Amino acid sequence: MDRFRMIFQYFQSNSESVMNGICGLLALASVKLYTCFDFSCPCLPQYNMAYGLGIMFIPPIALFLCGLILNRQSLVMLEEWRRPQGQRKKDLAVIRYMCSSIMQRAMVAPVVWIIVTLLDGKCLICAFSSSVDPEKFVGFANTSLVQVQQLLAKVPCKDDELMRNNTSRKAVSRYLRCWSQALGWSILLILIVAAFLARWLRPCFNQATLLQARHWSNYIDMEQKIFEETCCEHSRLFAHKCILHFFESMQQEIKLHSFSLAREGEGAVGEEDLLRGITDQDQVNKLLKMWYYAKPPLDVSQVTQR
Amino acid sequence: MDKFRMIFQFLQSNQESFMNGICGIMALASAQMYSAFDFNCPCLPRYNLAYGLGILLVPPFILFLLGFVLNNNISMLAEEWRRPQGQRGKDPAVLRYMFCSMAQRAMIAPVVWVSVTLLDGKCITCAFCTSLPVETLGNTSHTSLSQGEMKKVLARIPCKEIYNGQEFIANEVAVRYLRCISQALGWCFVLLMTTVAFLVRSLRPCFTQAAFLKSRYWSHYIDIERKLFDETCAEHAKSFAKVCIQQFFEGMSTDLAATHCHPPRKAPADVEEATEKLLGITDQGTMNAALKSWHRCKPPLHLHSPAFPSSNGWAGEKQPPVHPPAPRREVAAYYSRV
Repeated sequence: MDRFRMIFQYFQSNSESVMNGICGLLALASVKLYTCFDFSCPCLPQYNMAYGLGIMFIPPIALFLCGLILNRQSLVMLEEWRRPQGQRKKDLAVIRYMCSSIMQRAMVAPVVWIIVTLLDGKCLICAFSSSVDPEKFVGFANTSLVQVQQLLAKVPCKDDELMRNNTSRKAVSRYLRCWSQALGWSILLILIVAAFLARWLRPCFNQATLLQARHWSNYIDMEQKIFEETCCEHSRLFAHKCILHFFESMQQEIKLHSFSLAREGEGAVGEEDLLRGITDQDQVNKLLKMWYYAKPPLDVSQVTQR
Repeated sequence: MDKFRMIFQFLQSNQESFMNGICGIMALASAQMYSAFDFNCPCLPRYNLAYGLGILLVPPFILFLLGFVLNNNISMLAEEWRRPQGQRGKDPAVLRYMFCSMAQRAMIAPVVWVSVTLLDGKCITCAFCTSLPVETLGNTSHTSLSQGEMKKVLARIPCKEIYNGQEFIANEVAVRYLRCISQALGWCFVLLMTTVAFLVRSLRPCFTQAAFLKSRYWSHYIDIERKLFDETCAEHAKSFAKVCIQQFFEGMSTDLAATHCHPPRKAPADVEEATEKLLGITDQGTMNAALKSWHRCKPPLHLHSPAFPSSNGWAGEKQPPVHPPAPRREVAAYYSRV
């Protein structure tokens, strides 16, 4: 029982840090995925923009969904949102708090991907090389429209035979990379300033409501974990009893040789208490159904006064 | 039992992170397998498609089956499915839950393989290089080649060293085009899979939460019951063996006393405990005989109550065989099956 308590205390103090840890791992995975990914611009007029923008935006959506899937609290929030009211009122502030904290954590990995993409520059060079103004660059100024489109589309490919030693290619590339990196750093700065302001100004608005919402969201999380733990413990004891009954019903001589009756004698009282009189399938099903359809009120004063 | 309980509670309480860890390991293993695999496109017109699509689709199928084989719970599912009804009804919802959770975990490695293959691009390049749109990508001024010969030339695109169609389509242009298509397919596949996983996970609390809680409880129960039953049987077997061996030695000692007409000597009180442990066997010859008898003629799997000591037939003296009451014979049969 002491070990049980220790594990619960660990979870209680650290469920936030577990979620932060997952969020951090996903951000690192995002960077690693980008460096492992072999970016290969098609260098064809219509395909460049689709490829470049696709690589910039589709992986972040997948990473966002992964962040939601891996976060345990999103399930807890959904259950709390969809449960019937029963004897326990629903507090929308708590649900909103949980939703916003889940979204914030899930947004980290996609934002990291987008910023790394912009700071690297390859995506933007691939997507927008056909859209630069050819008049600004010497090598592309005096060619026909179709030909200039073809040439500009090949700018991201350094090893292409037409582009190998072309200085105008390098100029276009540098120009686009400069824009890309400026955009990347600006987005990073805006996000950090916004996060800073949000954290510093939050105590000025609704601090009491925030404390309540945070407490009750932790409570709901804890309560669900403990319910699952209790169900596991109950099913273990249920199985133990069931097996003992099976062995006893086989025949009586087992008393002479096995462990069961001795232990049962001393442990029976404790185990009966833990089973709480719930000893068959219908009672367990009824218990689980009642837990879902009508959660008990948040009021344990009668229990402590007993 | 306590250690088992503690570890079990830890795993159960931390089930999410345990399962996430397993899924992560399988995904990494699958990616590592792909990078270790030496892809070798045959660069021949009809073989390319078969090889490319084979590498794309056959290993995921094998990994999926392997995911089932390596999962210990598959035998539990099969047992629950095939058992006779008896006194306990069968709940198909529980069976479905168990199957779905195993299938979800088994899907991870194949999905990672397909994603990594598509994002790498070699398979699609190999499989579809003969279907390149030469008119748009290359110059078709050299129309002297027939369809078959053109296909042969295109089939060599993945093998840069032997490619001889540089004047029709540049190798880099073709490879870039095919790789772009492959990577687009790969990212779309990844997005589709994560969307499906997200929907499956998030729609469940909205619709079937009560049924889900029930199925989850009973599938855990079946798992725990099976493990506890195995443990109980193991403990029982241990006690059974202990008593059986004790009775064997007692039988030896009784025969010894009967043959040599030595009444069992009462040892002084201070060494009584040690003497008891010797079980009446106190010299080399007797011990050797006991060991030989253990090898040649093991005692029956039939524990008797202390009121009816049986012999092992070692002394050679004929003793009337003890007829145990009927329930005991059932006990022996039951235990020996275990």
